[in-house]
Amino acid sequence: MNRLLAIGIALIVMSGLSLVSSQYRARQLFIDLESARAVARKLDIEWRTLQLDQTNYSKHSLIEAAARRDLHMQPATPARTQYIVLAQRSGALDDATKDISKDISKDGSPAAAPSDAKAAP
Amino acid sequence: MKSVRFHASPVLAVKLPAWRSRAVLCVLFLAFLALLVRAIYLQGFSTSFLQSQGEQRYARNLDMPATRGKITDRNGEVLASSIPAWAIWAEPDEVEARPEQLATVARTLDMPLAELKKKLADPVRKFVYLKRQVSPQAADAIGKLDLPGIHQRKEYRREYPEAELTAHVVGFTNVEDTGQEGIELAWQKVLAGQPGSRRVIRNRLGQAVEDVASIRVPHDGTDLTLSIDSRIQYLAYTELKKAVDTHRAKAGAIVVLDVRTGEVLALANLPTYDPNERRGLTGEQLRNRVLTDTYEPGSTLKPFTIALALERGVVKADTIVQTAPGKLTIGPNTISDSHAHGPLTVEEIIKVSSNVGTAKVALRMHPQEMWEMYTAVGLGQAPKWGFPGAVAGRVRPYKSWRPIEQATMSYGYGLSVSLIQIARAYTMFARDGEIVPLTFFKAHQSGEPLAPVKGTQVISPATAREMRHMLEMAAGPGGTAPKAQVMGYRVAGKTGTAHKLTGKSYVGNRYVGSFVGFAPVSNPRIVVAVMIDEPSNGIYYGGDVAAPVFSAVVGGTLRTLSVEPDSPIKSLIIPADSPREAL
Repeated sequence: MNRLLAIGIALIVMSGLSLVSSQYRARQLFIDLESARAVARKLDIEWRTLQLDQTNYSKHSLIEAAARRDLHMQPATPARTQYIVLAQRSGALDDATKDISKDISKDGSPAAAPSDAKAAP
Repeated sequence: MKSVRFHASPVLAVKLPAWRSRAVLCVLFLAFLALLVRAIYLQGFSTSFLQSQGEQRYARNLDMPATRGKITDRNGEVLASSIPAWAIWAEPDEVEARPEQLATVARTLDMPLAELKKKLADPVRKFVYLKRQVSPQAADAIGKLDLPGIHQRKEYRREYPEAELTAHVVGFTNVEDTGQEGIELAWQKVLAGQPGSRRVIRNRLGQAVEDVASIRVPHDGTDLTLSIDSRIQYLAYTELKKAVDTHRAKAGAIVVLDVRTGEVLALANLPTYDPNERRGLTGEQLRNRVLTDTYEPGSTLKPFTIALALERGVVKADTIVQTAPGKLTIGPNTISDSHAHGPLTVEEIIKVSSNVGTAKVALRMHPQEMWEMYTAVGLGQAPKWGFPGAVAGRVRPYKSWRPIEQATMSYGYGLSVSLIQIARAYTMFARDGEIVPLTFFKAHQSGEPLAPVKGTQVISPATAREMRHMLEMAAGPGGTAPKAQVMGYRVAGKTGTAHKLTGKSYVGNRYVGSFVGFAPVSNPRIVVAVMIDEPSNGIYYGGDVAAPVFSAVVGGTLRTLSVEPDSPIKSLIIPADSPREAL
């Protein structure tokens, strides 16, 4: 009887201690979770700020000004654009090359600079 | 040694009076009773008070703010986004700061020292905003000074990177993050989201260690993807600005629609404003002329009259109508062309934009038919695109039309429309007779196949094809708007030049020049409508002020959308003297 009581007491004490320690661990993990969430929020804000910066620096007006002023570029007019008509589906490559040469010989204007060429799919 | 027996102790042998033990017993009993009463009182009567007091010492309510949704264009470029900012506020009574510290605060907040002192000198108020929407860096700097009585509160600042370019579509929010204009206002509920809150237990370091009670989960605002393409928007805005500057116009507006989906690809107004810097805004700048202003469309309405006549079989494209002598008298009124054209086919009436011809065709029809046509294409109808301030325009009920009114309405006077309404109405010609509902939101996700948008059939595909042909002639050499031509693409469209109605009369030197058209004609992709309000340097015909804008925008847009050219690339023929449109 006494032995049974001793075992029972030991079990109760052990379970009590494990409850305390698991509660402690749960709180530690919760703290970790919270800090991870805080990091996520911070990163989200940073991402949004960077996205804004990206749009700010890729503004069309900025790019156009830079292209015109610093790089002396001009907008490609259709007259200076080489349109490539891709042949339908299979065997497209050969035909396409043919098409290019044909197009160039037909209406390629001498003003067309290669860098101005733009493909229309 | 033999121990002394307890009972035998001589001390105990002393006889004490019996009341003393009773007294002790009584005292002990009373003490226990007091404890019991106290316990019952604490446990039974003041539990909730004590529990809440206890909780106050370790539990905290945390607000979980919801971020306002982003607004992006169709390619994912950000048009409006919220970033954290701080409001700096003060309790004037509590502020203790040395003069140099105050100077630092003023410098950090970018405000004059005198103004700061004035705000802090207010003795009545307990709460003064020193400045709102302060950047996190500045807020940090002020936090480091650690001044008593100066506090910070978190808020959000809305940034509009495209600034004045998309101002009229996107709109803006006020400092409380509530939409005031445009999409920001119309979709306030969707964008705003729902802030949440939670209750946590904190340890002595201030870290949250456990959630207690239920969490109200915050719902961030929904991100909106607009149908606007910022590349096209930029193009439309710059071309419009160029035209408004060149012609010293009072205002201008342009809208670009996708014919296949009814999406609004670009929408720009001048004058405009920077939504990031809203001080000193005027109503003129805020006005979204495309949607909220109505004007008399003038000749841009003629195609609808002619289309109706063709549809009803009243005339054919080659029916000859006598427009000489360039005047038509109806009762006491006379309408006229800018110069007499003689006999014209119906096609040519559109090509040279003859008022007399259009009126003669119109008078062969019943007013009710015309009214039904205008209504079917959405004129005078309350718009359904959920944009704040969008107007219905005005088409009076046909029963009250007098013959002269029927005649003038056939060429766009005596009724009012908004630019976006007329642009939408033109989808009827561009789409084989169907008119589509418009949307400001991207219709399909990139990569997904294009879902065909169902429209409402108004005229037969055959009539639409005939009209496309006529409108192409009007925008070509010999038409009223040869300047609308685009190299590489076939375009079609109609000019409009209207006297402006000021009060009750038309003022001689005030005009609205407009152009509405679509391209490429072989398989229309876009409708572009341009309006230039009160050009003031002598040139005011729609074909001269609005058509060049149309041409530039169409060329650029079709290239941007990689639309295959449908006409040989050759130099454009722009005659020195195109036929003048009748006013």
